[in-house]
Amino acid sequence: MVLPEGSEQARAATEEVARRSYGKLVAFLAARTRDVAAAEDALSEAFASALTDWPRNGCPRNPEAWLLTVARRKTVDMFRAAQRHLSSPDELESIEAVLAAPAESEIPDERLAMMFACAHPSIDAATRAPLILQAILGLDAKRIASAFLASPAAMGKRLVRAKEKIRQAGIPIRVPGREELPGRLDTVLNAIYAAFSEGWTDPAGADAARRELTGEALYLARLVVSLSPQEPEALGLLALMLHAEARRRARRSRAGEFVPLAEQDQLLWDHAQIAEAEALLHRAGSMRRIGRFQLEAAVQSAHVDRCRTGAASWSHVVELYDALLGLTGSPVVLINRALAIAEVEGAAAGLNAMPDEAADARLTEYQPYWAARSELLARTGEFAQARRANEIAIGLERDPAVRQFLERRRADLPE
Amino acid sequence: MQYLLLLHAEEAGFMRMTPQQQQQGMAAYMAYTEALTKAGAIKGSNRLQPVATATTVRVVDGKSQVLDGPYADSKEQLGGYYLIDVPDLDAALSWAARCPGASHGIIEVRPIWTMGEPAPAGA
Repeated sequence: MVLPEGSEQARAATEEVARRSYGKLVAFLAARTRDVAAAEDALSEAFASALTDWPRNGCPRNPEAWLLTVARRKTVDMFRAAQRHLSSPDELESIEAVLAAPAESEIPDERLAMMFACAHPSIDAATRAPLILQAILGLDAKRIASAFLASPAAMGKRLVRAKEKIRQAGIPIRVPGREELPGRLDTVLNAIYAAFSEGWTDPAGADAARRELTGEALYLARLVVSLSPQEPEALGLLALMLHAEARRRARRSRAGEFVPLAEQDQLLWDHAQIAEAEALLHRAGSMRRIGRFQLEAAVQSAHVDRCRTGAASWSHVVELYDALLGLTGSPVVLINRALAIAEVEGAAAGLNAMPDEAADARLTEYQPYWAARSELLARTGEFAQARRANEIAIGLERDPAVRQFLERRRADLPE
Repeated sequence: MQYLLLLHAEEAGFMRMTPQQQQQGMAAYMAYTEALTKAGAIKGSNRLQPVATATTVRVVDGKSQVLDGPYADSKEQLGGYYLIDVPDLDAALSWAARCPGASHGIIEVRPIWTMGEPAPAGA
């Protein structure tokens, strides 16, 4: 390296552009060639070129356009090298033509179209969210694998297969028509929420890439809302995520300890985000088509309202969880519902309403299940059992701040 | 892109129908074929004789083995196909959904492997 300082700057600049433009450029290229893997390859070569070119010649005025020009050339080269594989000699020409489309004008944002292709019903259901995270946000298979509790090798294979399917089966990279939209939207919303949740696992915001992830998920949700303002579940998802985001700063003490909702400093809440979430939820409600995300956002809304006014609305929360349970049948909903029931009818009733780990083996490895059990057992005076459940919860938790919080709860348990 | 729509259905179902129902069924297929033709999407189509007429052949150790019956012995049998040429998978899927066979059986949609195309990287 001749100019280590310059290359450092170039690295920072490319990283910045990568964060902002990666998905947009992949979507632009893939929408025209239907080849996601080729788009990713071309783009990573373009980023590599930037790392050698920018320190020497300075950062271009429009880095995004620079990268697209290089990636476009690499794509044409790739297709030329593979020309013998092309079904018709015109194909290369047509690829050159469609890639050339916008010259210096604004690069169109086709990320939403890309998301619909990734969430196509003909793609393996478990691979849709990982595929969106990779194609839109550029996450590598290793990180996606850890978020979805899969081995990196297996996740890598699934992603490769899904991209092959888009290309070979001819899955279109475009936003579906009005009749199809509601059904297809579900898979897209679930994937956006999965991305948000991964970013959420780092509430202290120490990891910049993860913090960026919740921002990207919010951006994607806003994009979906602006495209389909008549879809209440899209509004519900955005409301749910905004509620969570609004309380981010209050979830950790200065010392980095986890702070439960009831003890949070409300001055640290982002009240503009809460107001926006409430308005979205109100709009969604007026459409009279209830769904999972609207219900979850309504639970958040009830919690915020209780903390602000001091007026308990637990029976309303139980009703919301009843409705959610009817929609999802999820054991996670059962746990939260049991905690709400405990507030209305007492801890013993809450314990009775808890799901049984014998009925669902996944619960034995689910930290919130054991933490909730421990809380309810402590309230019924079963301290020895509460201590045991608390220990299991600590053993399962990977976030040190939450572990610390659980340890403090254990210290508070009477002998 | 070209796609093959493979029509799988329970063969006995057709035999159980009254002559009038069979006629209605045939008319639905004719209308469907007509619509595909009008749209300029059809490349070829055939109905197959019942699986009782099927024979399988394979060569093991240089000797050919010939067996009576179809390859896949399942409840539904391959009963016919349409070869269509449409812009993308969504268009192929919507043609598959319109096929009368989708209402009394299952349609498998397979893209045609274009000559010279490389093998899938994940395979």
